[in-house]
Amino acid sequence: MRGIYLLIVSFTLLYTSGCAEQVSHTRGVYMLLDTSGTYTKELVKAQNIINYTLSQLNPGDSFAIARIDTASFSEKDLVTKATFDPRPTTTNQQKRQFRENVTRFVKGINPSPYTDITGGILQAIEFLNETGAGKKTILIFSDLKEELEKGYVRDIPLQLNGVEVVALNVTKLHSDNVDPREYMDRLDEWEKRVTAGGGTWRHINDLERLENIFID
Amino acid sequence: MIEKTLMIWPDNTAMSVIVWLALLIVVLYIARRPAHGIISSTSRTIHRAMRLAARALMQVEHRLAQRNREVLLETGKEMMDHQIAREFERIDATVQHDLAEYPALHRRLLELVTRIDEDYKQSAQVPPDVPAWDKAVGAVARIPSRGDPMVANILENIHESMETANKRVLSEYRHATHEQHSLLKRMLPHWRNATSALQRVDKDINKLMLRSKTIDRHMENYENLRNQEDCAMRMLSSSSLTQFFISAFVLAIAIGGAMINFNLIAHPMQEMVGGSSYIMGYKTANIAALVIILVEVAMGLFLMESLRITQLFPVIGSMSDKMRLRMVFVTFGILLILASVESGLAYMREVLAQDEAALRSALLSDQGANAILSQRWITTAAQMGMGFILPFALTFVAIPLESFVHSMRTVLGVTGILLLRSMAFLARLTGNVFKQLDIVMLQFYDLLICGPLWLERIVLKHRERTTSMKVMDKTDADQKDEMTKTVSRNNKHIETRYEDPDLVSPLTPAGGSL
Repeated sequence: MRGIYLLIVSFTLLYTSGCAEQVSHTRGVYMLLDTSGTYTKELVKAQNIINYTLSQLNPGDSFAIARIDTASFSEKDLVTKATFDPRPTTTNQQKRQFRENVTRFVKGINPSPYTDITGGILQAIEFLNETGAGKKTILIFSDLKEELEKGYVRDIPLQLNGVEVVALNVTKLHSDNVDPREYMDRLDEWEKRVTAGGGTWRHINDLERLENIFID
Repeated sequence: MIEKTLMIWPDNTAMSVIVWLALLIVVLYIARRPAHGIISSTSRTIHRAMRLAARALMQVEHRLAQRNREVLLETGKEMMDHQIAREFERIDATVQHDLAEYPALHRRLLELVTRIDEDYKQSAQVPPDVPAWDKAVGAVARIPSRGDPMVANILENIHESMETANKRVLSEYRHATHEQHSLLKRMLPHWRNATSALQRVDKDINKLMLRSKTIDRHMENYENLRNQEDCAMRMLSSSSLTQFFISAFVLAIAIGGAMINFNLIAHPMQEMVGGSSYIMGYKTANIAALVIILVEVAMGLFLMESLRITQLFPVIGSMSDKMRLRMVFVTFGILLILASVESGLAYMREVLAQDEAALRSALLSDQGANAILSQRWITTAAQMGMGFILPFALTFVAIPLESFVHSMRTVLGVTGILLLRSMAFLARLTGNVFKQLDIVMLQFYDLLICGPLWLERIVLKHRERTTSMKVMDKTDADQKDEMTKTVSRNNKHIETRYEDPDLVSPLTPAGGSL
C-alpha cells in the first residue's frame, strides 16, 4: 500500500514538473487592417508597422495579417500568415516572403463598403488560440468605427483571456472633429468590450514610437 | 471589546488603570517568591545550557582544528615529497647529463696534463754550453807575442776560431731558446683547455651543491612538518590561502572566457537545435551551447589528468602509460572536434548576423545593407579563431581548479573554526548575560512591587520591635523572680548557718562576723 502511495506521489511530482515546462514562450500576433473607405490611404503606415513587427518576432512565433471588410469573420480575409521555423535562417526567408505578400496586398487593395471589426477580432482569437502562443497580441489598424451590413450580428461578448489588444493609428473622423466626444466614446466602448472579455487594452497613435507596441 | 471589558469605570480611564495597576502589584507581591524562583531557575538553566553549548562547540572546534592540522600536514608532506622527488630527479638529470661525461673529461684532463708535462720536460733541456777549451785558448791568447809574427799569426787564428765558436754557440743557444719558447707557446692552449674543463667541472659541482642546498631546505621543512612545528603549519596554512585566492582569480578569468565562448556559439546553435524550444524555462540552444563548453572543460580536465599535470582523478593517474597515452589522444581528438565545431558555429554566427542585419535593414529602412559587408571577413576570421582557440585555452582551467579544490579544504576548515569559535563566544556571552540578567530582573520585579515591600518592611519592623519589647519585659520579670528566689535562698542559708556554728561560709571573714 505504501509502495503504491509512493508511486502515485512520484508520478504526480513528475507530471506536475512536466506541466510546469509546458509554458509556451512563443508570441502570436494578429493584425487587422481596416480597408474601408478612405482608410486605405493609411495602409502605407500599416506596412511600416508590419515590417517593425516582423523585425521583432523570433523563430517559433506566429504572425498573420487580415483585412477588415464587410464580413471579417472568415479565413478568406487573411492576407498572409506564417508560423516561423525554429531555424533562424529559414525564419529570415519566411519574413522576406511575408513582406512581399504584404506589399502585393497593399498595391492591389480594394476599399470595402462596411467595417466588421468584431468579426475580425473573433477570427483573430481563433487563430491565436490555434497557434498555442504564450503571448497573444491583436493589432487593430483602424479608426475603430464599426459599420455593419444589415443582417450581420456582432453583438457577441469577446473571449480575450490573455490577449493584448493594441489599437493603432485611430484616426479622427470628420464627425469626431465636430464632436470629440464621439471619438472618446468610441475608444471607451472598445476598451470596455476588450477588458470585459478578459483582455488588456492599449491605444497607440504615435507611430514614431513603434517600440511601445510590444512591451514585455 | 477587550478594552471595554477592562474598563472598570468606562468614564474614568485613569482610575481604571490605577485600580488595575494596584491589583497587578498586589498579585505580583503575592507571587513574589515563586516568581523569583522561576526567574532564577530560568536564568540559571539558560546560563548552564549556554555554557554547555559553548563547551560542546569548543570541543567540535578543537576536533576540527585537529582534523585540519592533520589534513594540512598530509598535504604538506605530500607536497614536500613531490618537491624533494622533483629535486632528486633534477640532480639525477644533472648527474646523467653532465657528470656522465666526467670519465671522458678526466681522461682528457690526464692527456692534457701528460702533454703539458712532456712539453715542460722538453722545454727544460739545457742549451748547449760554450766549448770547455775556451779558457785554455784564452790563456794561450794572453801569452805576449813579443813581436813574433808567427805567434801573432797563431794567436790571430786562435782568436778567429774563438770568434767562430762563440758565434756558433750563440746561434745554438738562440735556437734552443726559440724551441723552448715554441714548446711553451704550444702548452698555452692545453692550459686553457684544462682551465675550461676544470671550470665546467666546477660549475657542475656548484650546480649540484645548489641542488643539495635546496634539498636540505626541503628536508628541513619536511622535518618541521614531521615534528608538527607551528611555524610549518602557519606556512602551510598561509600557502593554502594564497593558493586559494590566486586560483580563484584565475578561475574567474576562465569563467569570463567561457562566457565569451558561450555568446559565440549560443545564437548559431539555434540552427542546430531550434530557436523556439525550451527546457525548464531556458532556451534549448543556450543549454546546448553550455553543454558543449562544459564538455570541453571536462575533456580538458581529462587531458591534463592523462598528462599527469593535475591529480584530480586517481583512477586516471594509476592507469598504465599506454592507456594514459591513448586517453591523451582520445581527449585531444574530442577537443579538436569540438574546437572545429565551435569554429564552424562562429562562422555561422557571422552569417546569421549578416542575414539578420540585411533583413532588418530591408524591413526598417528599405536601404541596402551591404555597405560595410566588404570588411566583414576580418570579424568572421577573428570569431572563427576565437572559437577554435578558446576550447584549448579552457583546457588549462584544470590547473587552477586543482589548486582551488585542494586549498578550499583548508580555507573551509579555517572558516569553520572561526565560525565555531564565534558561536562558542556568543553562547558564552549569552549565558553570562542571562546570569547577570537574573539579578537585574529580580531587582526590577521588586521595583514593581516596591510599595507593598515597603509596607511589609514597616510591618515587620513594628512586629520585631513589639516582640523584642515583650521579650525584654519577660526577661525582666524572670530576672526579678530569680533575684527574689536567690535572696530568699540566701537568707534561708544564712539563717541556717547562724543556727549551726560548725558551718562557716567561705565568704565569712575570719572573725566570724559578716
